[in-house]
Amino acid sequence: MWKMFKDRRKAGALASPYFAWALIFILVPLMMILWYGFTDDAGVFTMANILSIAQPEHAKSLLLALELSVISTVICFLLAYPLGMILAKNRMSSQGIITTIFILPMWMNFLLRTFSWMTLLENHGVINGVLEFLHLPQIRVINTPGAIVIGMVYNFLPFMIMPIYNSLAKIDENVINAARDLGANPVQTFLRVTLPLTVPGIISGVTMVFIPALTTFAISTMLGGSKILLIGNVIEQEFTLTYDWHLGSGLSIVLMIFIVVNMVVSLISEKKDEQ
Amino acid sequence: MSKELITLSHISKSFDGQLILDDLNLVIHENEFVTLLGPSGCGKTTTLRIIGGFETPDAGKVIFDGEDITALAPNKRQLNTVFQKYALFTHMDIAENIAFGLRIKNKTDQYIKDKISYALKLVNLEGYEHRMPDSLSGGQQQRIAIARAIVNEPKVLLLDEPLGALDLKLRQDMQYELIRLKKELGITFIYVTHDQEEALTMSDHIVVMNQGYIQQEGSPEDIYNEPENAFVADFIGDSNIITATMVRDELVRILGVEFACVDKGFGTEKPVDVVIRPEDVELVPRGQGQLAGVVTHIIFKGVHYEMEVQAGGFEWLVHSTKESPVGTEVDIRVDPFNIQVMNKPESEDEQALGVEDV
Repeated sequence: MWKMFKDRRKAGALASPYFAWALIFILVPLMMILWYGFTDDAGVFTMANILSIAQPEHAKSLLLALELSVISTVICFLLAYPLGMILAKNRMSSQGIITTIFILPMWMNFLLRTFSWMTLLENHGVINGVLEFLHLPQIRVINTPGAIVIGMVYNFLPFMIMPIYNSLAKIDENVINAARDLGANPVQTFLRVTLPLTVPGIISGVTMVFIPALTTFAISTMLGGSKILLIGNVIEQEFTLTYDWHLGSGLSIVLMIFIVVNMVVSLISEKKDEQ
Repeated sequence: MSKELITLSHISKSFDGQLILDDLNLVIHENEFVTLLGPSGCGKTTTLRIIGGFETPDAGKVIFDGEDITALAPNKRQLNTVFQKYALFTHMDIAENIAFGLRIKNKTDQYIKDKISYALKLVNLEGYEHRMPDSLSGGQQQRIAIARAIVNEPKVLLLDEPLGALDLKLRQDMQYELIRLKKELGITFIYVTHDQEEALTMSDHIVVMNQGYIQQEGSPEDIYNEPENAFVADFIGDSNIITATMVRDELVRILGVEFACVDKGFGTEKPVDVVIRPEDVELVPRGQGQLAGVVTHIIFKGVHYEMEVQAGGFEWLVHSTKESPVGTEVDIRVDPFNIQVMNKPESEDEQALGVEDV
């Protein structure tokens, strides 16, 4: 009894830095956002900050952010799944090389990577330079939603590949063989066995791409010019340009609702999968 | 003998330049319980996977019921497999696992329902329809894997070490279960195992394999009582394998002493191997046997004592229900029909090839 008490006290002592960390850097800021979000300059309770999402420019930026992050998530999924299958199939041989190719850019700073896309996509950038040299028509991508999607897909693709690859690699080869053995052709095997067995991986991949894509402001600032505002840009501007922390917090709370909904959905499906 | 169902002719297969099967020929008859037996890496699982369609042979043909199926996809073959470690679909309940093959074939709901309850009854797991595979024990999962295969009414059931992951007691129960199932279904079973006891218990026909070659084929009794070479003798049960000289027909010199035997046709003064099973070595009082020796070890094994006897420069393994303490001076006696004479392989390649092919 005494020993258990001592052990628990010891464990508590060891965990205390993490508690302090969580308190200072997660809980306190969250509380501050909630407080700012639900009050006005005079410190009086108000719903105005939250409801301001209904203002056309705010609603538009939220809808655009949702649209672009959904598109990016879908593109990431369509690219990542076949790649995950190739990686899982070659578990032994070429996996190292392919993984390295996809992980290598991650060693570079996120802003630097996005900045290099700017150089590539610019109207007088690298891609158009090559096209001009080949006497091909030039592309106008920079400062369009398309450029933002490219940036999101490029930056977040590895977060989709990893969980999908992990769930594919976990499938026993004989489970696939069993489906074939029982009469399923390759398409039926994929739809009835492979795909359902990787649902947990797909969900965590979708979450890991969708949430950062929805909240990003760096990618949209760099690749979208100043004309395309996503909800992340609006919030950033409220904090850094207009110094309206109340409005910024209110919009952040709205954004958090979307994130929480996404997390709850993924948690529920994970629970279901465990049963 | 019944009709030939599967014929493997001149099958060769290598992986990464390593030869796994070399010119393998095998005929499997209808309604037989055939066991491919051998140590790991002997090619038995590859043979099964070639029959199932999961591997394509580099050379040779697979004939099924008169038809060449060498290039046919697994989903188009009239056989089903029970995999090692069950390979159940963990995202489906038991009923859906069993129904998988029938749903693919677009059978009616009523037909599928009847089949599920028939199959669960056959494997003694009635009432498990809505359980998930992960909630079942290993033995139960293996029964479901069998049920999932047999509802498709295959002509042949392939079993790839299906009892390998189960504990001893359960394995023995499942052996009887499989024999019963085989009788009830009246189909061909092709069973892969490295466990010689499993093979002897269940099979009608055993194919002993080593290093990609068939070493010997026959009934369990044939294989046990008359191994054709030292590998088979050593792999199936315990045995004393001794280098000897065939003096002439029905007389063999073992460790310098001449023993009467029943084998003929090996020539005169020819080097051979003899196999004597430990239960066939009799220990008799000094002066009454053929070879003098001393007991060096004794272990009580339950049914019998296992003893080691040093005699004629060889350590004999002896099983007997009578105890002879360490140090006892004894004589060894072997009845002529208990001495199995085998050709001696002349090289390592020949050894792998097995005597029958030399």
